[in-house]
Amino acid sequence: MPRTLFEKIWEAHEVSDGLIYIDLHLVHEVTSPQAFEGLRLAERTVRRPDKTVATADHNVPTDGTPVARMIADELSRKQVETLEANCEEFGVPLYSLGSERQGIVHVIGPELGLSQPGMTIVCGDSHTSTHGAFGALAFGIGTSEVEHVLATQTLVQRRPKAMRISYSGELGPSVTAKDLILATIGRLGTGGMAGHAVEYSGETIRGLTMENRMTICNMTIEGGGRAGMIAPDDTTFEWIEGRPAAPADLDAAVARWRELHTEPGAEFDTEVQVDATEISPMVTWGTNPGQVVQVTEAVPEPRDEVEERALRYMDLRPGTPISEIALERVFIGSCTNSRVQDLREAAAVVDGRRVAASVNAMVVPGSAQVKAEAEAEGLDEVFRAAGFDWRSAGCSMCLGMNPDILSEGERCASTSNRNFEGRQGKGGRTHLVSPRMAAAAAIEGRFVDIREWE
Amino acid sequence: MGVVEPLDVIEGEVAVLDRADVDTDQIIPKQFLKRIERTGFGEFLFYDWIRDGEVELEARPILVAGPNFGSGSSREHAVWALQQFGFEAVIAPSFSDIFYSNCTKNGFLPVIVDQETCRAIATAGAARIDVDDQTVTYADGVVRFEIDEETKHRMLNGLDDIAITLSNAEAIDAYETVRADNGPVTTSLS
Repeated sequence: MPRTLFEKIWEAHEVSDGLIYIDLHLVHEVTSPQAFEGLRLAERTVRRPDKTVATADHNVPTDGTPVARMIADELSRKQVETLEANCEEFGVPLYSLGSERQGIVHVIGPELGLSQPGMTIVCGDSHTSTHGAFGALAFGIGTSEVEHVLATQTLVQRRPKAMRISYSGELGPSVTAKDLILATIGRLGTGGMAGHAVEYSGETIRGLTMENRMTICNMTIEGGGRAGMIAPDDTTFEWIEGRPAAPADLDAAVARWRELHTEPGAEFDTEVQVDATEISPMVTWGTNPGQVVQVTEAVPEPRDEVEERALRYMDLRPGTPISEIALERVFIGSCTNSRVQDLREAAAVVDGRRVAASVNAMVVPGSAQVKAEAEAEGLDEVFRAAGFDWRSAGCSMCLGMNPDILSEGERCASTSNRNFEGRQGKGGRTHLVSPRMAAAAAIEGRFVDIREWE
Repeated sequence: MGVVEPLDVIEGEVAVLDRADVDTDQIIPKQFLKRIERTGFGEFLFYDWIRDGEVELEARPILVAGPNFGSGSSREHAVWALQQFGFEAVIAPSFSDIFYSNCTKNGFLPVIVDQETCRAIATAGAARIDVDDQTVTYADGVVRFEIDEETKHRMLNGLDDIAITLSNAEAIDAYETVRADNGPVTTSLS
């Protein structure tokens, strides 16, 4: 029987029926304290600290606070210090505040070369699907499961169904991976991928960079998918080469990794075809990522109570052109779009221009390394000269567990992944877009069609 | 793991939240995720919605909700909040995968029945859920629900997942021994 990429990875990790082995466990401060406490109470240890790595990201202030004990918010400080104490006690390697490797957990895994093809990767965070971009099976888990993985290096899992989304044709100029995944979720709905491990395939995907692929896999969870994955190829192998965790014998690894693809004739439970040439820059108008239209369209007529409610929350009227929506805030960052390529694309848009007087705009690199690399290229100067606030690495305003939040009623163009009510701050109104679209919106103070504007 | 209570029958009045796509950011907003304990979340359940008068909820044994309940963030705090508020089970047409799994790890029963039945149960105002029989009984009738056999067994008996897995530690040892490709080592990065 021809097998899918998902089946190959799943079957290689079955310890016994319903129990799968985990190759890499990523840990952060928010979803781990109760898990470590559980280990202590039961007098258990971390089975494989050498397959575990931790960082602080959700609570981290992005003002350059150099060490955990200097975090102003008492509860945030306590949570990060608890992570530091737990990692010390259980021998888990940690990149906390002040480390040159600190950053958003889904940025640092790939950056260190830890996320590799064929692996199973979990983290107590729904956006763990990001790592599937490397041809890994990667998904988010809850805190009880974090504890289970810490104690056993395995996870009790029901096998998900398999879905393939095949993209044909090239994306148009200035249309990005973010637009591709937003358009896909808009079509399938926020529960459209539920219960499935999703493989993104086709010529469009093959032509994308690793950063682009990570953006797509990252948002799989917004379509309800268990995991998103892309078969590894030369683009993947080139990314891993030379990174700290790259295999000592890369050629041998690559030879194995080349086997990791879906064989012709393998069957999926669900198949979807998408013509990538028809995708435009996308802007969400509502309070979930599936409520999205093309930038050339208008706010739609509500079809049900859910949409009516979303429009009320967003303070939008049906029929208003998207390009007439004015913004007060712009946020470029998050595990979806905070890598160097994202920042380069945004910087190219704002270079030599000025942020609109009505807009407060910020750029938050995904990791300390991304920040250093961007600064070496002078991107920070481009952003600062345009009037952007250039911050330090963290989850920042993607979820506002740190000081970066929207005020009541503020409207924000955001490169993050969730436009849920209150996600970026109580009463805040979030529109999800690509880094280029966010950058252009910062300059104009409203949304523009980046294709015409350039 | 916290102590997981065995489940058998859950019976009583229902509270209703008839909305689709209720995400875990609404169930327990981000500002309450900074606690390092498993307790103290009940009073913050649906914090913004309740404070703004958007929804009214009373602590009853059963919550009836809309489709795609618990979408978004993987935060298990959402389950802890529902439980600590006073709910013992949630009935909905569908759940997000991670939320469903989190429920089962905490002895909090997620029950999937179609939307029409959900509304009928809401109208009935009370229900009786029998975990072993996999049935929900309410004014107008009885409906059967699906639950994975192993998950049911563990919930019925309040079993500790980790203890079960560790009782089979030789299988994990054996897997680690024979697996050729061992993956990167986090403790020795250059």
